[in-house]
Amino acid sequence: MRIDGHGRTGTRTVSFTFDGKSYEGREGDTLASALLANGVRLVGRSFKYHRPRGILTAGSEEPNALVTIGKGAARVPNVRATQQEIFPGLAASSQNRWPSLSHDVMAVNDVAAPFLGAGFYYKTFMWPRKFWEGLYEPIIRRAAGLGALSGKSNDEPYEKAFAFCDLLVIGAGPAGLMAALTAGRAGADVILADEDLQMGGRLLAEVEDVDGVEAHEWVSETLAELAAMPNVRMMTRTTVTGAYDQGTFGALERVSLHAAPGEAPRECFWRIVAKGSILCAGALERPIAFPNNDRPGVMMAGAVRSYLNRWGVSPGMRVAVFGNNDDAHRTARDLAAAGVSIVAVVDSREDAAPKGDFPVFAGSHVVDTAGRLGLEHITIRTGEHTRNIRADCLAISGGWNPTVHLTCHMNGRPVWDEQLLSFVPRPGSIPGMVVAGAANGVMSTRSCLTDGVRAATEALQALDLAAPDVAVPEAEDRAYAIEALWSVDGPRVKPSARKWLDFQNDVHVKDIKLAAQENFASVEHMKRYTTQGMATDQGKSSNVAALAVLADATGRGIPETGTTTFRPPYVPVSIAAMGAGSQGMGFAPQRLTTSHGPTVASGAPMIEAGLWYRPSYFPKPGETTWQQSCDREVAMVRNSVGVCDVSTLGKIDIQGPDAAAFLDFVYANTFSTLKVGRVRYGLMLREDGHVMDDGTTARLGETHYVMTTTTAAAGLVMRHLDFVAQVLRPDLDVQVVSVTESWAQFSVAGPRARELLNTVLDQPIDDTAMPYMGCGPVQVSGVPGRLFRISFSGEMAYEVAVPVGYGESLYRLLAAQAEVMGGGPYGMEALNVLRIEKGFITHAEIHGRTTAFDIGMDRMVRLKKDCIGQAASRRPGLLDEDREQLVGLKPVHAGGKLTAGAHLFEQTAEAVRENDQGYVTSVAPSPTLGHMIALGFLKRGRARHGEVVRLVDHLRDVETLCEVCDPVFFDPEGGRLRG
Amino acid sequence: MRIPCPVCGVRDRREFTWGADALALDRPAVDAGEVAWDDYLHNRENPAGPTRDLWYHDACGTWAVVDRDTVTHAVHGSSLAETARAGKAAAGKGRA
Repeated sequence: MRIDGHGRTGTRTVSFTFDGKSYEGREGDTLASALLANGVRLVGRSFKYHRPRGILTAGSEEPNALVTIGKGAARVPNVRATQQEIFPGLAASSQNRWPSLSHDVMAVNDVAAPFLGAGFYYKTFMWPRKFWEGLYEPIIRRAAGLGALSGKSNDEPYEKAFAFCDLLVIGAGPAGLMAALTAGRAGADVILADEDLQMGGRLLAEVEDVDGVEAHEWVSETLAELAAMPNVRMMTRTTVTGAYDQGTFGALERVSLHAAPGEAPRECFWRIVAKGSILCAGALERPIAFPNNDRPGVMMAGAVRSYLNRWGVSPGMRVAVFGNNDDAHRTARDLAAAGVSIVAVVDSREDAAPKGDFPVFAGSHVVDTAGRLGLEHITIRTGEHTRNIRADCLAISGGWNPTVHLTCHMNGRPVWDEQLLSFVPRPGSIPGMVVAGAANGVMSTRSCLTDGVRAATEALQALDLAAPDVAVPEAEDRAYAIEALWSVDGPRVKPSARKWLDFQNDVHVKDIKLAAQENFASVEHMKRYTTQGMATDQGKSSNVAALAVLADATGRGIPETGTTTFRPPYVPVSIAAMGAGSQGMGFAPQRLTTSHGPTVASGAPMIEAGLWYRPSYFPKPGETTWQQSCDREVAMVRNSVGVCDVSTLGKIDIQGPDAAAFLDFVYANTFSTLKVGRVRYGLMLREDGHVMDDGTTARLGETHYVMTTTTAAAGLVMRHLDFVAQVLRPDLDVQVVSVTESWAQFSVAGPRARELLNTVLDQPIDDTAMPYMGCGPVQVSGVPGRLFRISFSGEMAYEVAVPVGYGESLYRLLAAQAEVMGGGPYGMEALNVLRIEKGFITHAEIHGRTTAFDIGMDRMVRLKKDCIGQAASRRPGLLDEDREQLVGLKPVHAGGKLTAGAHLFEQTAEAVRENDQGYVTSVAPSPTLGHMIALGFLKRGRARHGEVVRLVDHLRDVETLCEVCDPVFFDPEGGRLRG
Repeated sequence: MRIPCPVCGVRDRREFTWGADALALDRPAVDAGEVAWDDYLHNRENPAGPTRDLWYHDACGTWAVVDRDTVTHAVHGSSLAETARAGKAAAGKGRA
């Protein structure tokens, strides 16, 4: 019910729908305040028993009023109605009910409740075991639950951002405002973040004066002063969700969730790095467990004051109040002043005195409630006597829990305070964080204001900034009087009645006692057994009462029982916000070669090679499978000429007087003996004697080399070379720099390669000018470039390099010329077939466990004095003749299938691990040879050429007899590549 | 996590690649024997507390020795791996 003359909402009317029905609220309303203004009490069904539930709180701690906002792909489930602001056209719907909120057939669970207590599914659905996934779990999941995602890809914009500051002030209540004011006046770079749409905290919700004016007016004045400070950044609707190492905080900003979807991001996930922080997160009021305390209409007393004083809404017209502290009386006082009938103030304390014109029942408890879909009456017990009182709203206050969550995110454990009957933060739990105000267990307004100044002064000192003198305004300064009351027991409390603790997970007092009885007595075990404190609210209002009940059930004190671990995030964070920008192609950067445009235009499917994109094959009209294209491209290279972009290979420029000595140290073989204008294959080892990478290195001058690496290991090798240059061999005068992205490089391979090249080179080359493994500078159509006569295909082949700016042009020229000559571009599939036919290895073979010995190159290492990997490579185990050695494999029978990853066995041996003789690393259908070929590793393989072994692939169900052979299948003498 | 690069200053951890324990600075001679090489290649402390390791700043190509704490996650400082090793050779211990 809207109460005229109360609250500070706007005057404009806003229409919205809830479960399809239209309602009107006011500008500034949350969905919760607007529903309450319209007399809507039933807003959801509980998780497990489908009990009717209403709005409990007025903040992010809300366990009950979870709704789904929006439709289609943009549907967002489990939105707290207490945080969602209404806007014209807002469509909200309730969750976990069918067919409707008031008639939910799953409410039958509530009748069956005696069988569904804590741990019921661990006991009930034990067997048959296979029924769990197929039958029990789907049924349980359908019956129990929250809202659901749409399952569709949502393209609404989300964002992530970074911010840096001297001081992050978390929470803008009395303590936070004074802290920000003090730090702002001191000139510190301040971020003030608050999760509410308006800053002010409880000062917006209470009837009291600060500095001689109404509290909300003082808030407005203070916010105006802060807004005028250029060094203070104010972030509303921003929940700080986590405290991390080195002063890093996560924060979720609800950027535009309070308006219809538009161009602004819906949410933004912030990473805020602060030199210091002040936590002023306030406190959360906790309920009291008594029978049927979960009916719609039962609310937190402080929330009732918020709705009345801030939004001008009374959740009921006959309101009862139940509490164990003075705050309960404040609610009665404010409501009575607004003309709402207060039917009872039930105070558990014997000495509770009347504080207004309403009946106070001292030393009394609420022991039951009634009302099918909302509260209709309550039962009060005073001594032995009980009475029923008609009420449509019951405001409860079990005291306040300081919001210590962020102080626990780095393993900090809160401390139990016997006076406050609450956990308070342990100082120093987060480096650089000072806690102030109610979060620090400081309860009156005046002491919160004072504590904010104190905290800011401390934080400023740590930053070597002088704190200004700030006068603390006059304000309410009452003592916080509370007695322990967690769960109502004693006479007239029906033993079977459920006293709810965790409203969101349907956990009640008996569940906790059952957990203790079944020896899940540690607080962490109790949590898992009962689900207490899980899901979206993480037990914000229920945890302390639950562990008080556990402490009682186990006969321990609350400090000994301890709390469960608060972990980030403080509120749910949508993956859309946390991963903003990383969907689809945003997931990883794309590296594109200069030939990418024409390659894609020619219809080539692209495959990923690390971050690079490379063509798989170039389909011609009439070709329907990759293999048809691949076979043609292989034949093209073997018979005519092919062009392939090899720019993705790592290219490292090495210069200096000691460049040769440097290469001798990093490679297993020798490069100081390489003549200028020549290229050599290089094998690089890790320090443990295994192969790191391979490639070719060209000597362009006496003190100038250029190294190539494999595409996969380019980054690894660059880091390695820097390590050697900077750390292991600083005595060498050498400079190493990656030039991978500076040069576009193309392989031109095939019997007509030279002929093709000569169409683009200013000075034609011949075999004498550019012999096999030669290199040198060339002019490519007027552009200075480099030419290397190297081959990864076994054919006469060159790699021609030009500065990247000319890459696309050169590619277009080469590809067009090749087509004219009966050749063309070839892709990764053909490249792979060509290299396997020649027995050239890649990282499929040098996969990290192979040594120079395994691939037959140990002679290279043996001759060296010292190089990386030399010492370790001499270990006997790495030179054992029994090791698996590189071999070629070909099927014995025509059409025999070979698969990579298959294992090798002797012909008659059973295909089990104990009999394993080796494995297959690379396979290819060879159009040149007319059958499949493979590379692999086989025990004593080099001595077993000609032997027949059995290839077994258990995964793909393949068994093939293979002949072991030399890994070089084609042109073993190498006549073709020498031209 | 942020790491101070000795060349560029404090930068986000995502600009760095972890390399090895700082032990990697002390490469034995090629003929130092099996035990020395086994220690260098394989045997590592697993410290709860102060640790020194090598990080590569991808942005500038610098190897740095970083002093940090595996318990508190504090990063105390860093130095050029090159000078850390040179200092070690001269003074018999690393420079923080």
